[in-house]
Amino acid sequence: MDRKRLRILVAKPGLDGHDRGAKIISLALRDAGMEVIYSGLHQSIEQIVSTAVQESVDIIGLSIMTGAHLSISQNLVNKLSDEGIEDMRIVVGGVIPKNDIQKLKAMGVAEVFPNGTKFDQIIDGLNALV
Amino acid sequence: MGVATYIKNEKDSIQKVILQSGIEVKPVYTPEDLNNVGFDYQTDLGDPGDFPFTRSLHPLGYRSRNWTTRQYTGFGTPEETNQRFKLMIANGQNGLNVAFDLPTQMGLDSDDPRAEGEVGRVGMAVDSLKDFETAFHGIDLKRIGSGLTINAVASIMLAMYQAVAEKYGYKKNQISATPQNDILKEVVGRGAWIYPVEHGVRLIGDTIEYGMKELPRCNPVSICGYHIRESGANPAQEIAYAFLIAFAYVDNVAARGYQAEDFVGRFSFNLNIYGNLWETVAKFRAARKLWAKLLRERYHVQNKKSLFLRGLFGGGGSGLTKEQPENNIMRGAYYVLAAALGGAQTTALCSFDEAYSIPTERSTLLSLRTLQILMDETGLRDTVDPLAGSYFIETLTKQMEDKILSEMAEIESVGGIVKGISSGEVQRRVAKQAYEYEKRLQNGEAIKVGVNKYMEGVTKEVELHQYDNSWAKRQIDNLKALKQTRNNTEVEKTLGALRGAAENNENVMPYLVECCKAYATVGEMADVFRDVFGEFEEPSLF
Repeated sequence: MDRKRLRILVAKPGLDGHDRGAKIISLALRDAGMEVIYSGLHQSIEQIVSTAVQESVDIIGLSIMTGAHLSISQNLVNKLSDEGIEDMRIVVGGVIPKNDIQKLKAMGVAEVFPNGTKFDQIIDGLNALV
Repeated sequence: MGVATYIKNEKDSIQKVILQSGIEVKPVYTPEDLNNVGFDYQTDLGDPGDFPFTRSLHPLGYRSRNWTTRQYTGFGTPEETNQRFKLMIANGQNGLNVAFDLPTQMGLDSDDPRAEGEVGRVGMAVDSLKDFETAFHGIDLKRIGSGLTINAVASIMLAMYQAVAEKYGYKKNQISATPQNDILKEVVGRGAWIYPVEHGVRLIGDTIEYGMKELPRCNPVSICGYHIRESGANPAQEIAYAFLIAFAYVDNVAARGYQAEDFVGRFSFNLNIYGNLWETVAKFRAARKLWAKLLRERYHVQNKKSLFLRGLFGGGGSGLTKEQPENNIMRGAYYVLAAALGGAQTTALCSFDEAYSIPTERSTLLSLRTLQILMDETGLRDTVDPLAGSYFIETLTKQMEDKILSEMAEIESVGGIVKGISSGEVQRRVAKQAYEYEKRLQNGEAIKVGVNKYMEGVTKEVELHQYDNSWAKRQIDNLKALKQTRNNTEVEKTLGALRGAAENNENVMPYLVECCKAYATVGEMADVFRDVFGEFEEPSLF
């Protein structure tokens, strides 16, 4: 069966510029056959949503290293809801403590990939979402 | 049976060892290897203190001059940071290396909406000269030099350092500051950039030109290969890109009518340690040698001291692991060994908990003690460049030199470093390298203890640095109070003069000093540059 290629926006919100992980995962997902758009640094939630809509992505992946993942993810969930966007899933990666994974899922994040997650697990996890 | 026969007979059972830079390591080295790479004592080594300085910048190495310990420190507001500075100095640290929070690094005041949640988190928050007055209160700025790890607004921070020093009664020629001030690196990795590349480079040129005339003991730029390596570059790329970046700054100042000879001796480097010990040591030795050789060839620099590659060689955070975090204590000790065997003048070491957070007081002191144990207990300082003459190390140093040169040539063949960074080409190369290494980790070709070998399953809890929300409130309250009490007419006047200098291509440094003394804020000064220069637009990478 021929399946549509999954499109994902890998996004770096906020002021932090540590994007080694975001770039590595972008390359890994591209090698796995996905269409990857990397947002670049210092993106506001508005910019991320606007790029996601423009590029008609299936998934928005946030890469967050600063510890601000709860508030940033909540803002993105709210923004998508305000805009009436229902066909995009959110996933979060980066330095995410175990205790926060359930909190993220409770607010509507589809999957969480804390640093250390293997490429295969991420690829399988994303494919299962669409 | 000769060594060569032995290797031939055994070769099928020996696994290949290829260093990250792409150099293959043989199981045994002999004098023949030195012949094969054309090693010559005089041209490749020379005595310590002699050109090309492979062995050491100084004839007696660490016998005559110990390395400076300069742990990266700063968090919360200037009050917390000042206390930590004093604690580190009381424990034997002899240089400061100031960590600034992200809003400060990005030229935003603490009350800017974009700063929310970030004030004082990964470093000290700085809004105005008042904050420097607090941070450096009671510290002897004649005796203690300060690294300022900041880039996009390094010109502002250098001006502020001068202003606080003068406020406390020091003369300009007594203080020693080393702002990192390396914006091209910041675009390649770490990402705290603000202005378009050409304006960023101009600001660095301004600090170098000003430093040459006004701040003779300051090092106006510390070219930071460290972050390029942290972003995934291999060791040869780290040095190659750092050197090309340094030459871009040299060219900017030379175009103003100065000779490289007159200012390049105050350049400093910040280089990284993780991964293979021998590759790292060879990297430092090759870098010191190549820097001197290239400055002679490209810029005809003759003065011995202007040829010195001086630098901080620091234990890199990327080598540390979240898994089994206490293992990072041992890793750090080996990183410091590499720094010393590689001839560092200054060292800093990431702390064992830095895979999680900025370090605690305990973990920072442990890193300092690691440096001190190596320095005072092991005999490592007894003789200069103890690995000199090793068949292996000298062969590897020559091979590393060739690798660095070929990496430099590749970037120059695609239009040079400024074009390569503006277009994203360099970033793509670094990201590809990071990806390749990550794949090797995931398939077990590269070994990381506790991560893909000798795993324990359960991660042990460690005590972590705790961020205190009251810091941001206190910082913002202080900023509000400042804006009400300072002479706002004077602030407007100095900011207006700064704008004129920025627009007219005058050196902005004297104007920044005046702004700082009038208590203009970092955000206000950075905004003047934003208005005049615009902001960097990141090229699309993928």
